[in-house]
Amino acid sequence: MAEEIKTGVWKFGDDIDTDQIIATQYLVNPDIHDMSRYAMEIPKPNFASSVKTGDVIVGGKNFGCGSSREQAPLVLKTLGVTTILALSFARIFYRNCINLGIRPYEISTAEYDWMKDQSEVILHPEKSYIQVEDQVIPLKPFPPFVEKILSAGGLIAHVINQYNSQEK
Amino acid sequence: MSIKNSRMTATELIIARHANRDRVTPGEIVNVSVDLCMSNDATTLLTEKIMKERMKTNMVWDPSRVVIIVDHQVPADSIDTSIVQQGMGRFVDEQGIEKYHTSDGVCHQVMLEKYVTPGSLIMGADSHTCSYGSIGAVSSGVGSTDLAAIWASGETWLKVPETVRFILDGHLKPFVSAKDIALHLISLVRANGLTYKTMELSGPGLTPLTVPERFTICNMAVEAGAKSTMIIPDNAVIEFFKQLGRPFDNQALMAELKETENAPCSAEINVDLGALEPLIACPHYVDNVRPLSEIEGLKIDQAFLGSCTNGRIEDLREGAQLLKGKTVAPHMRFLVTPASVNVYKQALEENLISIFMDAGAVVNHPGCSTCWGAHQGILAPGQRMVTSGNRNFKGRAGSPESEIYLASPSVVVASAIKGALTHPKEVI
Repeated sequence: MAEEIKTGVWKFGDDIDTDQIIATQYLVNPDIHDMSRYAMEIPKPNFASSVKTGDVIVGGKNFGCGSSREQAPLVLKTLGVTTILALSFARIFYRNCINLGIRPYEISTAEYDWMKDQSEVILHPEKSYIQVEDQVIPLKPFPPFVEKILSAGGLIAHVINQYNSQEK
Repeated sequence: MSIKNSRMTATELIIARHANRDRVTPGEIVNVSVDLCMSNDATTLLTEKIMKERMKTNMVWDPSRVVIIVDHQVPADSIDTSIVQQGMGRFVDEQGIEKYHTSDGVCHQVMLEKYVTPGSLIMGADSHTCSYGSIGAVSSGVGSTDLAAIWASGETWLKVPETVRFILDGHLKPFVSAKDIALHLISLVRANGLTYKTMELSGPGLTPLTVPERFTICNMAVEAGAKSTMIIPDNAVIEFFKQLGRPFDNQALMAELKETENAPCSAEINVDLGALEPLIACPHYVDNVRPLSEIEGLKIDQAFLGSCTNGRIEDLREGAQLLKGKTVAPHMRFLVTPASVNVYKQALEENLISIFMDAGAVVNHPGCSTCWGAHQGILAPGQRMVTSGNRNFKGRAGSPESEIYLASPSVVVASAIKGALTHPKEVI
């Protein structure tokens, strides 16, 4: 099971706001799969059509700033992205990621520089590190409370797990 | 109920109350009860879906604490939008939710006018929910999964934020406004400078600022990443609620919050209001702030006066005063959207609306309007808008090749008159 996974990298700059991730005019679409076709339409028009399940997003500073729209991380998750590395995250987006079971990792500027757009990196299945050519990026563990939510696959699954364990 | 609060900030005190704890410290994660929660047409139906389909919960915990406001696209501008609003009507009927507003204004203005009270803890599925610190409430924006959990249980978890205290001193010069204070604070700390933190405003420079002005500053704190805001309520707040016809006079709470004013915080930043001049946030980032004087004369195609940041009666008065007897520049699309129906009615009574219309403005029904960018004044490639709103992200109001400049109401109106970014003193 400890097999390593080769995965693609989608790299973005600083201050990618939630309007860039999914623009306002698509939010009324009741079908999240349909909506996700427009993810990152302005910053990377080929993202939604080409991103593969398991690919990682690399962002600069303040990734996910702006609106509270949960549709932003949700379209990314719908497209198969469950790991985002960034120099820093905006607060509501960060929390929405955790609630949806997407792992938001903060990385250093040097680590950001190692990650090249459209390159392949090796992601350890337990996600404790990412290998970029001969460099290793350790992924900082989350606080136990947050890790429990992430391991469950998001807030809802976590609450249901807790509820079930109380029942027993 | 007495909680020893001398070492806690106002935000920590209010969170401790809602966590049923004697005290809380920044960084710890606590479970809190929520007094009120709010969602709008951008977020309500996704939240319903999560609560019902994934949480297997059919009813909200307490319909009297749930506020639902249609404000983003009012009136509905497409079949899809109309379906969303139809769904919201069905949902509130089914849940017995009475705090439902279909056309009363921008959610945060409606919350201020009708529901928020000092000392309360409020969560909203809209990022500008942080505004209510302006009257001494702890409030923060959340996503739909968080809100669905609140709907189901009345509770949520939160990490107690560190407090960054801005100590304001001095008096604003003429034509410098609360919006300029907001833009200045954001440029000081940058777009992520307050992430996870609460912005507390205090100091002698704060006292003369009215509640609407304070609201403008607190509203924009999220553009610096802030989780929440706090201004310890004073007489201005009591006076504000009296005028609203919704009196607040809990002296015991006021005294307790007042005692927290010197509590330790993570940083203190002194700001001299007297040194400020009119500012502009240039494309495409809110912290890309420059003095107006550096870019005066830049040609503008559209001007917008409105939003939860600057669509209150005071903002309309400021604009109308400059505009009276003048007309906007040729080809200028000037849009005015009062933040609420109450504001709209007051503006009609004061004859402000006729001043706007005589000058060539399009007056829209209250709502998020042009600030949210999905309708009412979409920009073509190459067009520039100056707006009293809160975001200038790329493509936020139409074409990704358009540009948005954030400014105070008087700069917006002066620029509408001249067709270019203009200092208000130039149109007197």
